[in-house]
Amino acid sequence: MTAHALLLCGTYVAVLVALAIPLGGYCARVLGGEATLLQRPLGPLERGFYRIAGVRPDDEMHWRDYTAAVLWFNLFGLLVVYGLQRVQHLLPLNPQELGPVAPDLAFNTAVSFASNTNWQAYGGETTLSYLTQMVGLTTQNFVSAATGIAVLAALARAFSRRRSETIGNFWADLVRSTLYILLPLSLILAVALAADGVVQTFAPAAEVELMRAATGPEGQVITQQTIPLGPGASQIAIKQLGTNGGGFYNVNSAHPLENPTPLTNFLECLAILLIPAALCLSFGKIVADRRQGWAVLGAMFAIFLPLLGLCVWSEGQLAPQLVELGVDPSAGNLEGKEVRFGPAASALWATATTAASNGSVNSMHDSFNPLGGLVPMWLMQVGEVVFGGVGSGLYGMLVFAILAVFLAGLMVGRTPEYLGKKIEAFEVKMAALVVLLPSAGVLVGTAIAVASAAGRAGISNPGIHGFSEVLYGFSSASNNNGSAFAGLGANSFFYNLALGLCMLIGRYGIIVPVLALAGALARKQTVPPGPGTMPTHTPLFVFLLAAIVVLVGALTFVPALALGPIVEHLQMTGTHP
Amino acid sequence: MHSPKHKPARGPIIRRAAIEAFTKLDPRRMVRNPVMFVVEVGSVLTTILAVQALVGEGEAPFGFIAGVAAWLWFTVLFSNFAEALAEGRGKAQAESLRKARQHVQARRLAERDRHARAEQVPAAQLRRGDLVLVIAGDTIPGDGDVVEGIASVDESAVTGESAPVIRESGGDRSAVTGGTRVLSDWIIVEIRSNPGETFLDRMIAMVEGAKRKKTPNEIALDILLAGLSLVFLLACATLYPFSLYALETRGQGAPVPITVLVALLVCLIPTTIGGLLSAIGIAGMDRLIRANVIATSGRAVEAAGDVDVLLLDKTGTITIGNRQAVELLPAAGVKVEALAEAAQLASLADETPEGRSIVVLAKEKYGLRQRELANTEARFIAFTAHTRMSGVDLAGREIRKGAADAIGKHLKAKGGGLSPDVQALVQTIAKSGGTPLVVAEGSRALGVVHLKDIVKGGIRERFAEFRRIGIETIMITGDNPQTAGAIAAEAGVDSFQAEATPETKLALIRSKQAAGHLVAMTGDGTNDAPALAQADVAVAMNTGTQAAKEAGNMVDLDSDPTKLLDIVEIGKQMLMTRGALTTFSVANDVAKYFAIIPAAFAVTYPDLRALDLMHLHSPQSAVLAAVIFNAIIIILLVPIALRGVKVRPLPAAALLRRNLLIFGLGGLVAPFIGIKLIDLVITTIGVA
Repeated sequence: MTAHALLLCGTYVAVLVALAIPLGGYCARVLGGEATLLQRPLGPLERGFYRIAGVRPDDEMHWRDYTAAVLWFNLFGLLVVYGLQRVQHLLPLNPQELGPVAPDLAFNTAVSFASNTNWQAYGGETTLSYLTQMVGLTTQNFVSAATGIAVLAALARAFSRRRSETIGNFWADLVRSTLYILLPLSLILAVALAADGVVQTFAPAAEVELMRAATGPEGQVITQQTIPLGPGASQIAIKQLGTNGGGFYNVNSAHPLENPTPLTNFLECLAILLIPAALCLSFGKIVADRRQGWAVLGAMFAIFLPLLGLCVWSEGQLAPQLVELGVDPSAGNLEGKEVRFGPAASALWATATTAASNGSVNSMHDSFNPLGGLVPMWLMQVGEVVFGGVGSGLYGMLVFAILAVFLAGLMVGRTPEYLGKKIEAFEVKMAALVVLLPSAGVLVGTAIAVASAAGRAGISNPGIHGFSEVLYGFSSASNNNGSAFAGLGANSFFYNLALGLCMLIGRYGIIVPVLALAGALARKQTVPPGPGTMPTHTPLFVFLLAAIVVLVGALTFVPALALGPIVEHLQMTGTHP
Repeated sequence: MHSPKHKPARGPIIRRAAIEAFTKLDPRRMVRNPVMFVVEVGSVLTTILAVQALVGEGEAPFGFIAGVAAWLWFTVLFSNFAEALAEGRGKAQAESLRKARQHVQARRLAERDRHARAEQVPAAQLRRGDLVLVIAGDTIPGDGDVVEGIASVDESAVTGESAPVIRESGGDRSAVTGGTRVLSDWIIVEIRSNPGETFLDRMIAMVEGAKRKKTPNEIALDILLAGLSLVFLLACATLYPFSLYALETRGQGAPVPITVLVALLVCLIPTTIGGLLSAIGIAGMDRLIRANVIATSGRAVEAAGDVDVLLLDKTGTITIGNRQAVELLPAAGVKVEALAEAAQLASLADETPEGRSIVVLAKEKYGLRQRELANTEARFIAFTAHTRMSGVDLAGREIRKGAADAIGKHLKAKGGGLSPDVQALVQTIAKSGGTPLVVAEGSRALGVVHLKDIVKGGIRERFAEFRRIGIETIMITGDNPQTAGAIAAEAGVDSFQAEATPETKLALIRSKQAAGHLVAMTGDGTNDAPALAQADVAVAMNTGTQAAKEAGNMVDLDSDPTKLLDIVEIGKQMLMTRGALTTFSVANDVAKYFAIIPAAFAVTYPDLRALDLMHLHSPQSAVLAAVIFNAIIIILLVPIALRGVKVRPLPAAALLRRNLLIFGLGGLVAPFIGIKLIDLVITTIGVA
């Protein structure tokens, strides 16, 4: 690894942690309903929302009511996006006069944005009107992220309470996370990005003279180019911060107007992990033991850093075949990468975007070296708990912490407890569901796809790679990541439906057990810590937690991976003829 | 004599367990254990496949399928054997207990009078509230309280203790247990339990494991194991369509044989812990029974492992039952020999342990021989609650001993009083935690006897161990705070409650529980019952009252309050053993993947052989070796499951590090070695 790569990754991690500390504290105050700096300017707005909606923010909810509110709210958002797509031809702001979106695609897209997956089976410019994009998708970018934060807040609160029937108010959590966390951060990031050249304008697309005339496919001379413009920076900011990932331009953050300079690249990359990392520390603060937050963050880094190292190292290499052709190996693997970023910054982005359930890209993961490409795929399959989605990554990780505590905790001779809460049958049942459901989505979905004619029809790349594509698609959907492996024709009735269902299961099949868990934990008595308590803030526990995440992820997917990427890799490197 | 202390012979138990391993194959029983049920279904499936291979065209050679099927059956049988072995000891005990219950006839009385009309009824027909007369030689027909009479009772059938005990009406020695025998005199017993709910019934159910309900932790673990099994079931079942797709796109090879998929599934699901889980639970209960403690439920035993506050009665638990005289302190101008002589005289007729200890002290330390006063004109004054003094009137001498205030009052009546120096001595002794006993002759105090509580040997170290593993010890005593504090310091308990009453005890338990602690305590008296009912783990003494026994969730047949400490360890050990074997079982899976995955796809994707880290002989030997390892490890771990992981007095953090290293890392490495060795063996002897 070069000094440049080390410096880049080192700076990235240092700045990430340095920003996560104050932000974590701030988020904890917001979620705790405490006064913050922004209360004065935004407070009237917050209260206005409550008044209009008829919500009393201090009315605490039972976990069932909380869950019902989450589900109704998300169903409402889902229906709005679905409806907008179906009738967009009747609505304004549709200059290209696009027709209604087909029901299956509209369903898939609506689920995708409600569930914070942002899987894109549609081609943006050719399918969706401006209104659908702005009112439907952009709104979901905010509220799907806020839903994740709200569910996490409920879970964290449950740990800090004792013998409580309630876990907070969903509407208050939703409004506060949007108003005090997502909006201000998006504003700051958008201004910073725009200041450094990211497009932010309401001007129409620019027509520019080409510096050198080009020849079209039919021999015609082309002297002009249309450069699409628009309010990019503001959208890009929430796309990165809210682990959404749906790009403003089709090539996402590889586009020079979406991500023009190394600085914007650094900022956008930072934004991917910023809130997920900060929320770990918020969690520590909410449960009144900051070490616990650091431990969870530590476990995430314990998985993230080695994989980052592997990916950066791998992309720093050049395939021996290319070296033989006389390519200078010192620049590393530049295929499919933007020259202004280079291999290190591209590998860093790829690792971060798949560690979090973001899915935005600044390079083509398909062109990565075999080991470099393995990293993003595997990071998704461990369940999007290494940073993961905003809120959702951490609540997933906390479920793994519960499993880790249960598996190892019995060994100290006491009923296992996490943060003073005894882990008993019900908690284990919910945790098992959380681990089981997305895995089932990936495995059963892939099995049906490769066994059915409808599923096989989408595979453009028959053979092992075709299998990998399907596996990747279902992994991405079931874990709410949203990134795709090129090659899978996913806009078909079968895939729209199957992947849509996987996204639903992967999101709400987890939210419901997590909230049930929160309800059960809040009701419990808290056991005071003592020398007989298994500590959950030590390096040993950090290691244990990371090991359980890796082990469960590995044990579940090794057979499938063996038939896809692993055998591909082995055939490519040719260790066995 | 059949008793819990009786150790059943090993041979018959093993023989019976081996037979029961087969009878337990009944799927209706197996379904209670989801992990092993999956293995049984797999065994049946592979057996059918083997038959198919034998009579027609199989998916793999007959020898291979039959080998896998056989070892899958062994896996189930080994697990059943472990369970039967754990149950074996209890079964033997249950039988001897049953004998104690058989054919007992009771004399049911019409009213509470020895001479009332009596009718002969079988014990099984007695109901709560019936009155029965039991005379010497009879077996007591049911649990109850003595309401009249006094008798010596042989309780060895239940406790294993052959020395008879006295049972009498009123007080804390009134409870009798059905199945025990009256040796002398007679008693009238009021029956307290209906048929089928008696102590003996409970005990039989307990040792037999017949009515064994899964404990909360066991249920949680079962759910986790079932969840893991489901994940692995998905991972293995989806491999079949995956392999079909691979086959089609490659145009070469063969689909994965069902036999191999079943083998992979069985190797991956946590069979090691799944197979031993119930054996661990039964063995834990058995350890408790061997310690002569009967628990009403497995839940209580598990709770004992979670306990972090122990309420310990000072007397009997921390100190040996009685105070002893350790020093004689004469008043100014009195010779110590004179004091010793007076103290001895005053105590000669005092049969209390304190009184006896004074005589012994006078003899041993001051060389005074014990004198025979039977023939002299001595008049002994017995201790009464009113005077709170005892003593002797002898040849014109009037010697008294008693508490300082009582003697003070006595002397004042005689025109004397306690001199300042005697009062100072009293103060000094009280401050040091001792009990001062003033000896007076006539109207003058001769000096003070220092009675001291003797802390049990080794108890201090035991408490230190408990502190290290995070268990707080609280001493409960009726003594004043000064005395209590001194003994607490000497015994090394964490805190104490002085001048305790049943109410303050109950309040203490409640406040500890409100703070999230789990509290354990022992008790025997009726006034202990509310506190026993409130405590999370409550051990009643067998000598105690029926009320106490009903309020508690365990009964100690030896009536040894120190036993609480053992009970906590047994509870912890049960949890630890489960955790250790679960960790071991899950860690095992890594190696099994490396053995089976390359073997399963050897034909379709020969490249996957690169994953064969162990360089196993052939795909078939690899699968077989993994299955054999999986079965054998169950048998190898049976001793740990039955004996339990050793409990060490370490803090949780250190314990976790240690056990993770042994069972986590060990579980990761062991199968790599084991599977390779088995592969070597079966290829050498030519099985595969």
